[in-house]
Amino acid sequence: MTFASGDRDTVGSECQIRATRMLRRPFFWIIALVIAVFALAPAIGGDVELRESLALACVYITLASNLNLMLGYAGYINFGSIVFFGLGGYICIWLVDAHGWSLALSLLAAGIGVSALSLVFGFGILRLRGPFFALATIGIVEGVQAFAENFAPWGGSSGIYISPQVFQPLGGAAQALWLIYFMLVAAMGASLYLSYAIKTSKFGLGLIAIGQNEDAAAIMGVPTPRYKALAYSASAFLPAIAGGLYFFKGAFIQPSDAFDLTLSTEAIVICMLGGQGTVTGVALGAYLYEELRGYLLTTAAFSNFQLVIAGALLLVIVLFFPSGLMGFVYSRFPKLKRVLE
Amino acid sequence: MILELDRVSKRFGGLQAVRDLSLAMREGEILGLIGPNGAGKSTLFNLINGVFAPNSGRIVFNGIDITGAPPYLVARHGLARTHQIVQPLTNMTVLENCTVGACFGRQNLPLSRAHRAAREAIAVAGLDDRSETLALQLTIAGKKRLELARALAAQPKLLLLDEVLAGLNPAEVEHMIGVIRRIRERGVTILIIEHLMQAIMSLSDRIVVLNFGEKLAEGAPAEVARHPQVIEAYLGDPKLAAELEGSA
Repeated sequence: MTFASGDRDTVGSECQIRATRMLRRPFFWIIALVIAVFALAPAIGGDVELRESLALACVYITLASNLNLMLGYAGYINFGSIVFFGLGGYICIWLVDAHGWSLALSLLAAGIGVSALSLVFGFGILRLRGPFFALATIGIVEGVQAFAENFAPWGGSSGIYISPQVFQPLGGAAQALWLIYFMLVAAMGASLYLSYAIKTSKFGLGLIAIGQNEDAAAIMGVPTPRYKALAYSASAFLPAIAGGLYFFKGAFIQPSDAFDLTLSTEAIVICMLGGQGTVTGVALGAYLYEELRGYLLTTAAFSNFQLVIAGALLLVIVLFFPSGLMGFVYSRFPKLKRVLE
Repeated sequence: MILELDRVSKRFGGLQAVRDLSLAMREGEILGLIGPNGAGKSTLFNLINGVFAPNSGRIVFNGIDITGAPPYLVARHGLARTHQIVQPLTNMTVLENCTVGACFGRQNLPLSRAHRAAREAIAVAGLDDRSETLALQLTIAGKKRLELARALAAQPKLLLLDEVLAGLNPAEVEHMIGVIRRIRERGVTILIIEHLMQAIMSLSDRIVVLNFGEKLAEGAPAEVARHPQVIEAYLGDPKLAAELEGSA
């Protein structure tokens, strides 16, 4: 038993070392600054329009950053990231609406529930590799959508409307929207810290090794099935919470919105655009993509064309900048890698 | 005994790759594994480190039955290997590659201590000046050394070397042999597959000869080289047979 306790000691001190080291890194404070700007920029002037635009950016950053754990680190293309989002939304709204749970508790339940489900699914489908895994994740989207369409407590294909009364405990609709926005910012911030913490950890090193050469990684001792399933499960938690917040904000959820493959595809485009495997690139890519999308949607000549542009963008990136925006920047300015991740 | 194979067999469809093979290794020795192409040498490595599960037989490593255990568990017990066809983590630096080895090897080191172990292994393999180079930018000799450094970083008890000398020029071969000797001096047991007869005959304490998945002969290098059946097995390849006799 001396071995076990000694082991726990080293793990404990290792965590301490990592925590203090993290606080000393500039990147930690860069993320804190981003969170502060997101939270304060619309709040200071009470700018509702800016808030809505940034709320969507938070959703995109959360989805893309978590997708990056699978796509950028472990090298697995997951078309099903939308399932985490949609299922989180359903669980949260159902608990609030039908069971009268508080928002905070419902969100937590959504996050934990979806993560736990993903862990179970992960051990199954992560036996598949490459295109087979990608296809299986599309199958999951279709399967879960079919489930939601036929599950009576979730309102079938017409979905769930929640009455505006649920906003009352949060101080009325107007105040609730601000509260939800701050929670979305928190989910985004947590996503960035999670990406960063994993990337600089032993777990992240193992994942990145899997992404480079899974067989070699296993031979070097990386417990590949466990690591992949854990990454898949971890990448589900915050998107599920973001989904809960997003659909709670709209007070409505239906299967065709909740499990729209478009958002999954967009998240993949964002990772490629910003530089898969980088924390900064994916966040920056998500923000830029959201801005571009907003511009295209509101410009008469382009409306409904945003996916065409996204497709063209993906083509250009894959062909000419396979390592994405930050990959390109890092190759030009390698010293930046010491500050950013 | 650090490694014991008890009547291990492996079949791929109609091909009997390894048949009823028994083998034992003492701690600290270098055992050479030779045999014509297709004799089952690399398959045997894959069986030992868990890439394949044997159809029958038992493999005991350091007192633990590892038959059918996945590679990452075998690695954790203290077994590391190199690949005949190099398998670098291409977009990671030499140091990062070796850090993976140190983190997930026998010691299961935390990241902060893994760096030190990795640097040590890099020094032993003679890659000091390349530690920040991406693995994909290394020459073939560099990649072979990386394979070795990465395996060493895991601080294994048993090291499987699969043709680490193949594709190297004579100067590089000299250097690599020196490296292998240094590893052995650190008390690591080594099982080595090699086609360069002179090298394996001088490095090994004992030699096992495989042919068609079966053990053909076993003994000290000089004995094995004079063994009539061994010479016969190599006669399909007269150059090898001559080399064998020349080195004895």
